[in-house]
Amino acid sequence: MANMNMVQALNSAMDIMLERDPRVVVLGEDVGYFGGVFRCTEGLQRKYGEQRVLDTPIAEGGIVAAAIGMGVNGLKPVAEIQFADYIYPAFDQIVSELARLRYRTAGEFSAPVTIRTPCGGGIRGGQTHSQSPEGVFTHVCGIKVVMPSNPYDAKGLLISSIEDEDPVVFFEPKRLYNGPFDGDPHKPAVPWSAHPRGAVPDGYYKVSLSKAEVVRPGKDVTILAYGTMVHVAEAAVRLAKVDAEIIDVRALAPLDTDTLCSSVCKTGRCVIVHEATRYSGFGAELAATVQEECFWRLEAPVTRVTGWDTPYPHAFEWEYFPGPARIADALARVMEDK
Amino acid sequence: MAQRSRLHVPHPPARPGEKPDFSYVTLTPAGAVARPDAKAPVREVENLGRDLVRVLDDNGRAVGPWNPHLEPEELQVALRHMLLTRLFDDRMQRMQRQGRISFYMKSTGEEAVSVAQGMALQPGDMLFPSYRNQGLFIVRGRSLVDLMCQCLSNTRDMCRGRQMPIMYHWGAGNIFSISGNLATQFPQAVGWAMAAAIKGEDHIAAAWIGEGASAEADFHHGMTFAAVYRAPVILNIVNNQWAISTFQGFAGGERRTFAEYGPGYGIPGVRVDGNDFLAVYGVTRWAAERARQSGGPTLIEHVTYRAGAHSTSDDPSRYRPKEEWTAWPLGDPVARLKQHLIALGEWSEERHAALEKQLEAQVVASWKEAASFGTLTEGPTLDPTTMFDDVFHEMPPHLARQREELKRLADMQPAKGSGEEQSLDSHPAVAKEG
Repeated sequence: MANMNMVQALNSAMDIMLERDPRVVVLGEDVGYFGGVFRCTEGLQRKYGEQRVLDTPIAEGGIVAAAIGMGVNGLKPVAEIQFADYIYPAFDQIVSELARLRYRTAGEFSAPVTIRTPCGGGIRGGQTHSQSPEGVFTHVCGIKVVMPSNPYDAKGLLISSIEDEDPVVFFEPKRLYNGPFDGDPHKPAVPWSAHPRGAVPDGYYKVSLSKAEVVRPGKDVTILAYGTMVHVAEAAVRLAKVDAEIIDVRALAPLDTDTLCSSVCKTGRCVIVHEATRYSGFGAELAATVQEECFWRLEAPVTRVTGWDTPYPHAFEWEYFPGPARIADALARVMEDK
Repeated sequence: MAQRSRLHVPHPPARPGEKPDFSYVTLTPAGAVARPDAKAPVREVENLGRDLVRVLDDNGRAVGPWNPHLEPEELQVALRHMLLTRLFDDRMQRMQRQGRISFYMKSTGEEAVSVAQGMALQPGDMLFPSYRNQGLFIVRGRSLVDLMCQCLSNTRDMCRGRQMPIMYHWGAGNIFSISGNLATQFPQAVGWAMAAAIKGEDHIAAAWIGEGASAEADFHHGMTFAAVYRAPVILNIVNNQWAISTFQGFAGGERRTFAEYGPGYGIPGVRVDGNDFLAVYGVTRWAAERARQSGGPTLIEHVTYRAGAHSTSDDPSRYRPKEEWTAWPLGDPVARLKQHLIALGEWSEERHAALEKQLEAQVVASWKEAASFGTLTEGPTLDPTTMFDDVFHEMPPHLARQREELKRLADMQPAKGSGEEQSLDSHPAVAKEG
């Protein structure tokens, strides 16, 4: 067991999989010699060589397409897209090819590609370094979508993703790389070493790609969150002084409906939180699922707290970001409904 | 036994601690490349993609057929623009280090590209810059205060706080919006040029990307459309050798030049000394003449060197020798134009020092004025509810509701601006580079 931040945990997952499985290769912009712009692949090229840890040309479509070809030819590629905001040139390869290969060939061809990509705001990245496009990918049939909220899960989920036979888009909330950010930019940064989930086993272990986790048990209201918002929700609960049950959704597609809905059926109230924009966001899928499964137990309308439906504005990061105050406000309103 | 294939992995000639080696950069003596007629067929000018068009020789003399023969006054203006660009960059980098702006990208070492091309084109020509073309804005006369206010995301910001620093635009100056995503502007410039041809107008378009970004599909879309429709456009690849940590070999530069892409598409490719103001000017004039005479597009590769870091989030000492810039065989574009003017008897060290001092003062005064409209840490600040404007031409009801919600919540939000905030600078790199 060691203290790891999320970058180290992800690095450890790739290190272990490169060691265990000769089919695993890592590719992406600046991931080789330099070790990645966020350092997630640091040291891997030195250890496993240039035939297995590859710097690539700047071409996201090319990276994903090449990963598909490698996957079809027996490798297990782990592709990094430097920022989720840069994933769109690869969209056709992901949606029309990667996601459907197994289906359209009745199982004869498939490509077990993992696409890692940093997402989310809070680092003054403006509209091209802050997006959370997970909802764009959960809408695609045939790919799994995952977003960890802590180093322990990040490592276990990444190992599971690499081993999975299906393609996985693995979103890494970059605001969580160095510590469990709770939504208040004025407080000193807290390191992962101060958080229980910063304790990460050195060796191999897996976290399921289809299980949500109850991170705070409670009885008044259920908060469904993932990524950075898990920690922001914890701060909001302290602020609102309600006994909320916080669920880290973790696996967005496929979804652990049982864990989510049994909690909402228990509490009768549900607040959904994500940083991504609201309109047709992943929260809409969560709300619909909750409504279908828990309608007769609901005491109040299911509520969403999300990023506004605008691009992420550079100057107004904290007005845009659905911080603890906004979530607490929603909790209070949900609790008012009798 | 037959030899098995192995993946070829490009290696830069030198890594940190090793001696810089630019022997891979093939040079042609100044004045040695013939200047063909601007309407010459592509097949007759294929040498231009392999040779290196140069005008300034090692002694600062202008030689050969690509010399645009500019008046000394024009050269002095050019030197002024280049020097101002450099001083502006230096100042903004320092302001980022002091936490006054969130991010910055210098164009140091590449000033001749933007300044020469900006001067060689006509004011009505439409420019589609990359993020290292600030010289274009300076040539066209956008005030430093305006550029600084954009970097500050303050109350005078042309982007109204919506873009990261350096993502300028200027409608009235015919300069398109800079995108944080790579190469997108390249085929857009071709479309603009196609529209000019459809409408029967004389103006042409020009676009810039880095050599790294030429790997993006958008580069190839631009080339294909430009070739098919013979669009009146100048397509520029600024080959500054480095795309963050990956050298130009990773964009395909190991076995052919970037200019040589051109003939493959049916477009002339011209490889020019990007640190030679006169050569860049001369080649741009040739390409513009060709475009205006219905000769279609030209691809220009500017051979230059990224003297600074990719951005304020980057540390190049991790992947390239620290002294590489001083070993760069094509020198410093500012020093070379200065040397030329001195050789002409039209400039002196004293005048240069005086100009530098004057421009420094201009930059400092501009900063002071810009900062009075707000900085990251000090007001005045923009009204946050303006973030809902301009998503659409008319605000739809759901955005109007969200704007009201933000107003209601305003009192509950933590105040903005604090030294504790994590900025892009906490990360080793942010935007990519080509």
